[in-house]
Amino acid sequence: MAGQLREYRRRIRSIQSTKKITRAMELIAASRIVKAKARVAASRPYADEITRVISAVASQTTIRHPLTTERTDPRRAAILVVTSDRGLAGGYNANVLRRTGELLELLRAEGKEPVLYAVGRKAVTYYRFRGRELAGEFIGFSEQPGYDNAKEVADALIARFLDPSGESDRVDEIHVVYTEYVNTLAQRPVAHRILPLVLEATAEPPPGGPLPQYEFEPSAEGVLDALLPRYVESRLHAALLESAASESAARQRAMKSATDNAGELIKTYTRRANAARQDAITQEISEIVGGANALAQVS
Amino acid sequence: MPMRVAIVSPEKEVWSGEADMVVARTTEGELGVLAGHVPLLGVLVEGGQVRVKTGDSTLTVEVDSGFLSVTKQGVSILAEHALLAGTD
Repeated sequence: MAGQLREYRRRIRSIQSTKKITRAMELIAASRIVKAKARVAASRPYADEITRVISAVASQTTIRHPLTTERTDPRRAAILVVTSDRGLAGGYNANVLRRTGELLELLRAEGKEPVLYAVGRKAVTYYRFRGRELAGEFIGFSEQPGYDNAKEVADALIARFLDPSGESDRVDEIHVVYTEYVNTLAQRPVAHRILPLVLEATAEPPPGGPLPQYEFEPSAEGVLDALLPRYVESRLHAALLESAASESAARQRAMKSATDNAGELIKTYTRRANAARQDAITQEISEIVGGANALAQVS
Repeated sequence: MPMRVAIVSPEKEVWSGEADMVVARTTEGELGVLAGHVPLLGVLVEGGQVRVKTGDSTLTVEVDSGFLSVTKQGVSILAEHALLAGTD
């Protein structure tokens, strides 16, 4: 009887320390969401401006650039999968990987050979375990991606897309699968094609006044050559930042429910421990009473 | 006549405000922009400086490869890395 009581107490202690850990992780994740959202907001002026400039250029010159040209007969497509480095984030990684699986199937059905690039340790281990070859791995920055990280990834992808060595290794499309941050409760895994770029030359003036007729220095082509890779980098940076915010939000939610569950368990085990203690006391009393009665009868 | 100037990098807006003149070096050479300049899109040289003049003071910003975009609304400088070097 007393043994059972000790067992319950031991479990309560262990759950209590688990609860402390999950609670701490929840709080850390919550503060990371705030930071990640601030980063998304801070990156917006640059992204808006570069988008504006690009659409201004697109509306006044006919763009003929390798990065915007659809390949005839695309045969190979690269997919960049954005996951987290660490787990304990609920369904965050599973959702991204499932979305990637759908995209893989779609591309195969279209007769394109998929090539995988992975961001985050989780995608790397997932595909390595399944024996899939990864064309590139980028790890160590999933929670706090900087622009340099986005640039590193973008450079690798653009180089593969423009590979001058010819057909053999070149990819004809680049897709990215990441998690869109809707709000703290909802994050959505999405797949977008980022290359070749689709630039619509709209006739209507966008919000913020009509687009200016630019002069170029050195030339429209020269500006475009420098501008388009930056645009791709900026898009990727945005995707990484959104994913980071989503990761923290998913982790916060997962850790909150873990903390709640631990609280429930502690409650249940406390009840059982109390019942066991009461049982032990009751039994002891009845033993004493029984013993006393037996003695009284003998004498 | 002052104009709006914004210097933005992907990670944050480095500086924004009103200024009289912006001096930058594009791949074609040094360029000064005053209010009312024609819309212009220029590629900045790598490791260059951008000077923003307001009245008597000059703000110097170290810019690592970027763009200069001049519109009617003002001047924006998009740089991968931008660092305020100081005013004088």
